[in-house]
Amino acid sequence: MKSTLRKKWMTTFILLLVALLTLSACNTPAPAPAPTPTPTPAPAKLTGDIIIDGSSTVFPITEAVAEEFRKVNPDVKISIGVSGTGGGFKKFTIGETDISNASRPIKESEAAVAKENKIDFVEFKIAFDGLSVMVNKSNDFVDSLTMDELKAIWNPESTVKTWRDVRAAWPNEPIKLYAPGTDSGTFDYFTEVVNGKSGAVRTDFTPSEDDNVLVQGIAGDKYSLGFFGFAYYVENKDILKIVKIDAGKGPIEPTFDTIKDGTYAPLSRPVFMYVTEKALAKEHVNAFVKYFLTDGTDLIKEVGYVQLEESLYAEGLAKLK
Amino acid sequence: MILTNKDKMKETPSELVIHALLLVTAVLSVFITLGIIFSLLLNTLQFFREVSIWKFLTGREWTPLFANAQYGVLPLITGTLTVTLVAATIALPLGLSSAIFLSEYSPPLLRKILKPTLEVLAGVPSIVYGYFALNLITPVLQRWLPQTEIYNAASAGIAMGIMIMPLVSSLSEDALSSVPLGMKHGGYALGATKLEVVRSISIPYAFSGIVSSFVLAVSRAIGETMIVTVAAGARPNMTFNPLGSVQTLTAFIAQASQGDNAHGTTSYYALYAVGLLLFLITFSMNLFAHRLIQRKKEAAAS
Amino acid sequence: MRNPISYNKRREFSNKLAHLLFATAAFVSIFVLVILLSDLIARGSRFINWEFFINFPSRFASKSGILPAMLGSLWLVVLTALISIPLSISAAVYLEEYAMENRFTRFIKINISNLAGVPSIVYGILGLSFFVRTLGLGRSILSGALTMSLLIMPIMIVATQEAIRMIPASLREGSYALGASKWKTVKGIVLPSALPGILTGVILAISRALGESAPLLLVGAFSFVSTLPKGIMDSFIVMPIQIYTWMSKPSADFRDLTAAAIMVLMALLLTLNMTAIIIRNKFQQTYE
Repeated sequence: MKSTLRKKWMTTFILLLVALLTLSACNTPAPAPAPTPTPTPAPAKLTGDIIIDGSSTVFPITEAVAEEFRKVNPDVKISIGVSGTGGGFKKFTIGETDISNASRPIKESEAAVAKENKIDFVEFKIAFDGLSVMVNKSNDFVDSLTMDELKAIWNPESTVKTWRDVRAAWPNEPIKLYAPGTDSGTFDYFTEVVNGKSGAVRTDFTPSEDDNVLVQGIAGDKYSLGFFGFAYYVENKDILKIVKIDAGKGPIEPTFDTIKDGTYAPLSRPVFMYVTEKALAKEHVNAFVKYFLTDGTDLIKEVGYVQLEESLYAEGLAKLK
Repeated sequence: MILTNKDKMKETPSELVIHALLLVTAVLSVFITLGIIFSLLLNTLQFFREVSIWKFLTGREWTPLFANAQYGVLPLITGTLTVTLVAATIALPLGLSSAIFLSEYSPPLLRKILKPTLEVLAGVPSIVYGYFALNLITPVLQRWLPQTEIYNAASAGIAMGIMIMPLVSSLSEDALSSVPLGMKHGGYALGATKLEVVRSISIPYAFSGIVSSFVLAVSRAIGETMIVTVAAGARPNMTFNPLGSVQTLTAFIAQASQGDNAHGTTSYYALYAVGLLLFLITFSMNLFAHRLIQRKKEAAAS
Repeated sequence: MRNPISYNKRREFSNKLAHLLFATAAFVSIFVLVILLSDLIARGSRFINWEFFINFPSRFASKSGILPAMLGSLWLVVLTALISIPLSISAAVYLEEYAMENRFTRFIKINISNLAGVPSIVYGILGLSFFVRTLGLGRSILSGALTMSLLIMPIMIVATQEAIRMIPASLREGSYALGASKWKTVKGIVLPSALPGILTGVILAISRALGESAPLLLVGAFSFVSTLPKGIMDSFIVMPIQIYTWMSKPSADFRDLTAAAIMVLMALLLTLNMTAIIIRNKFQQTYE
């Protein structure tokens, strides 16, 4: 009697183990339905790792490009983190990543760290972003804000607590603030342009390096206010309301055109990709960057950002030698 | 002479080797504890070289990632307390009531359904409770109490309460089942109703076990990370208002590790200081809870 | 002088009321589970198809799948099991069969039960400092598995101890009486008899490892991983982290996608838990 019982659980146990092991051994290739731009196929089968980290603003572009690139080069392993522009640079400048996404140019202090660690890198401009200010969809009183009003709300010594503090006609409700965190390039850029100094800001807002979290926050709070990259507005148009910005020439709404021709100022800015020389020397990374600057640019508009002039991409391609 | 498994036996050299290997694996656990304490302590000491302990424990502003960084941990503590209080308000009464029902009132068939349900609830991953809080609880709260922010302590607290309720229930039920039948029957013999037996006999007898289950559940709530990271917010706020956005100790640790602070900065060490604080709080609570059970076992054995 | 009839009526009433309240409390659990499951099914069912299981995550919700997350979870769980099961069983065997009843042993036992209550994120901190940084293993599957092992070993040790403890002394004595040595007794009698209980504990600990995400936030997972794991030093993503990533995307489509992924994860966990319960009920022997 006991021996049959023993046989029973022995078989169950072994079957379980075998099942687990076989599953882990099998490696199903992923068939991908391909609608968007059929990329020019690479000549040989490329393999290798690419480690990317940095700006949450730039992430949607890199994600899209990586996804399309993978269809042609399935053996190139691309991992993308979202630590923020600053967070990305911290890893980039000590050699932990190959590519750093940035929504602002690299700081001198960061470049110095890279030099110290003998990391040479190349800067690529990849797109234009119109940093957008957002309120809740059901907000019916805010149509535009002036740069001065933005400063009044966001500066470090701000005494603004309610919407009425900004304009007397507005409701006496507390403003719920959402913004990218201190590791974000968007944060650096906004504080520099609005408050005059990068990093100077009041401290009672909800920060996140992940712009999606901010979208959710603003979409869920009736009296909220926040800012992030234009692409995140485009993707979530139905739950957000965009605010026109008045920099002295009247309220301008961020659109593809106003961002491209610069009339949406001063919140239009270029976003970047930084690649280490060491990584560029590798064939698969080189191919990825090349793809980014050629076929990949088609994806920029789809994601919600604005393409640069062709000449600028050609400049970038030239750096790939 | 009765041989027990603890008596020394003659061991061949190969047996001694096995004995030694097994000993090593058991001692490994001690090394793990030491590792935790060591890695936390070392970096925390570095932290306190730059921020005074007094300021850390009594300061009211927690802004480690900003330019003019403040390192007062109280907002994180009030955040943790607010969420935990909401969770306890739900889990402790519900858990204890479930335990009483299951051990004293429930017909066996019902118990066969309820116990597995509780086990399933206990096995649901915390990220799923985070989803529950953000997508199911927050909208309902916002409809009934419009001043509820989208990231708030109450949603996280409610979800957490449901998550730890099975723990309270099963531990309390164990405690209640250990009440000697003779005592209970004595009560019934005197004409007491079930409620009276429970109130006057079972609960007082199982009291230390029940309290221990409460303490363990609360300790679990304090140490929980995913629910609060997803639903409670990232804005350290020194308030007990559950409808507002707060940040807990655990949520800060999760947030600080994402942005990856540079090695050697104060904000980097802040992560370890908060980790150590969290560890000490939960450790002392667990120790207390286990002592309670231990003392009860000793009292019962004597 | 209290009227005995109304007094007793009140007592009966209190009892009945309490009965109702306690029952309601117990049923809350079923209520919550039903709400959760119906929401998940309502939102996520449309995404459950063959493509969902073999696709990679995409910026388009309709094209997204959980293949890398599932395989990542599988790699992680298998590696964690390989590391933690032998260590846990050995430690438990030592504590129950070999260790003398002294202060040192009691210290180890208390230590283990305390480790079981340490918050999972603290294990994440330890994993980050020691495995990722000090040992230089980076954000790899190995780091993740080692960290998870630390997390679940105390649970496994305690479960194995309890399984071993349930075996009556008579079985062991019989073995010794026949002249077997200690190790032979353990190997031939104790472990095989305790195996169902051990297996139950192992499965429950593994399902805990499957669903945990907090330590992995610190130790490894990326927001986007484009290929499947081929070795234990590869970067990875697991099911709970995939759910976490998708959950932060505000679009309604991704919310439904999250629900679908949660359903898959819960189905997996439910299967594991039921297997554990079946093993416990069917093969567990009660000794007189």
